[in-house]
Amino acid sequence: MAVMDRSGSTAVEVRGLTKAYGELTAVAGIDFEIRSGEIFALLGPNGAGKTTTIEILEGYRQRDGGEVSVLGLDPGTQAERLRSRIGIVLQSTGVDRYLTVAETIAMYSAYYPHPRRRDEILELVGLEAKRDSRVLKLSGGQQRRLDVAIALSGDPDLLFLDEPTTGFDPSARREAWEVVKNLAGLGKTVLLTTHYMDEAQYLADRVAVIAGGRIVESGPPATLGGRDTARAVIRFRLPPGAVLPADLAVSPVADGMVELVPETLTATLHRLTGWALEQGIELEDLSMARPTLEDVYLELTGAPGAHHGEHISQEADRRRRRRGSLVP
Amino acid sequence: MNRPALFATQVRYVNKAYWRNPASAFFTFAFPLMFLVIFTSLLGNGKVHIGALVVKQSTYYVAAMSAFAVVTACYTNVAMNVTFQRDLGVLKRIRGTPIPSWLYLGARVVHALLMAVLLVLLTTAFGAAFYHAHVPSGTTLLRFLVMLAVGAGSFAALGFAITAAIPNSDAAPAVVNASVLPLLFLSGVFIPLGNGTPAWIRWIAKIFPIWHFARGMESGFLGTHFSWNDVLVVGIWGVAGLVLAIRHFSWEPRV
Ligand SMILES: Nc1ncnc2c1ncn2[C@@H]1O[C@H](COP(=O)(O)OP(=O)(O)O)[C@@H](O)[C@H]1O
Ligand SMILES: [Mg+2]
Repeated sequence: MAVMDRSGSTAVEVRGLTKAYGELTAVAGIDFEIRSGEIFALLGPNGAGKTTTIEILEGYRQRDGGEVSVLGLDPGTQAERLRSRIGIVLQSTGVDRYLTVAETIAMYSAYYPHPRRRDEILELVGLEAKRDSRVLKLSGGQQRRLDVAIALSGDPDLLFLDEPTTGFDPSARREAWEVVKNLAGLGKTVLLTTHYMDEAQYLADRVAVIAGGRIVESGPPATLGGRDTARAVIRFRLPPGAVLPADLAVSPVADGMVELVPETLTATLHRLTGWALEQGIELEDLSMARPTLEDVYLELTGAPGAHHGEHISQEADRRRRRRGSLVP
Repeated sequence: MNRPALFATQVRYVNKAYWRNPASAFFTFAFPLMFLVIFTSLLGNGKVHIGALVVKQSTYYVAAMSAFAVVTACYTNVAMNVTFQRDLGVLKRIRGTPIPSWLYLGARVVHALLMAVLLVLLTTAFGAAFYHAHVPSGTTLLRFLVMLAVGAGSFAALGFAITAAIPNSDAAPAVVNASVLPLLFLSGVFIPLGNGTPAWIRWIAKIFPIWHFARGMESGFLGTHFSWNDVLVVGIWGVAGLVLAIRHFSWEPRV
């Protein structure tokens, strides 16, 4: 394994990682790299292999093949040394329900060589007001923030968050997002997994989209799937009988809508609306859009929303069906 | 924090959580004392024949409930709590921190032993005050303490071992009680084995550790014969439990 710079340009390095459970290949050879201080998201539907990957990096599971380096250590053989330098939030996890928030953090802090100050942690995760509440009295969102607090108790360089907000209501998610943003402010490196596109978009510096145990795309959220360079699509409804000029080549999509993918957006839009005004035609539902991250995600993971459950909004699903396929 | 300090801290947190959980405090703590009062009130005036010796049933129950208390505090309580923590994901989380596994689990064992000792002390004080129990002293006390330590440790080890056979925390009470209640009866802890007890019951009782452990407790409170053989049998079960626990213990919820 390559020797890594400890001052840390690279926090995590994964090369050709594979893992199978019997016949089932959960991770089919993935590569990625996380730089120090970066928030990196593994984005993918249920069963994509996110937990398998993250738990291999944490030292919980043994890989079948490939090379893995976490803070310069091999989690397969050096998990013990690694543990005092990482913080882990598992996908599903619990704590002793009868201790208070403050007691819980103090208990976990005692396990680490250089714990972080408890008051600081409470403030970071926004649980100051709950410090003397028993864990069993906390809401789901508060418990998840306690999970993060525990992961922070050893003041780790690197944090793993496996689906930190799954099942949250929108306001609890917002709160959790702020906590993660705070971590970045502390200079921590964060690897998070999620199946929410907006979460990856809001939090991550870079995203790897994983599906069926493979990374199908990676990059900053804004450029994912060529989204930044993808051409915009103009879409509208053409009244019955109206015939467009030949240079405006549209293709029909569902619901009587047509769309066109212009090379020069402004000129084409001008030409189109000019023609409509001339003809006295109202272009109903006229819109213009670039593919959203959601569109890219659906395209990349290559499955209709219904198969992944709740994370794909009906809106996205409808849009996708309406459009037929993605541009470019 | 150095190891001994961390160990002590960990025991303190186990203790805090223990007393705040009404179910665990009630079942391991109040149950044996409650049974002692109920049994002695119901049956206290009867006589129990132990070989040639005849003792009042009330005195007998001081020894029997001490044995019961140790089994509950170390076996039942450890098995239930550990299964619960495993299913909740607490154990998996602990595994992801630098605390050594032996230290974390050891703190739980030590806490169980402390609870067992406290219960035996309470039972003894109760028994001495109301039921003419003989309070062990001198060599008898030393032997009694050896049996207590070996018994508590062994039952805790068996408590860890049985968690491997418990699929999830919903099944924990059923599995734990099914493994311990019949033996408590067969070993004469709830109903004394008399001279008329069928041979097959004695035969089964002698295979398992509870009967041997209860005899050790009796020797302390009733002045009956103490046998190192009993200590040995209980110890062998403990070692077997430890080996099984080390081999099959799971830190993650069973799927
Ligand atoms: N311990 C396991 N034993 C067998 N199969 C597993 C195990 N863990 C995960 N899998 C399977 O591996 C695939 C990837 O799972 P996982 O890594 O949990 O995905 P994700 O976290 O992205 O939902 C799934 O098909 C899942 O059923
Ligand atoms: Mg997962």
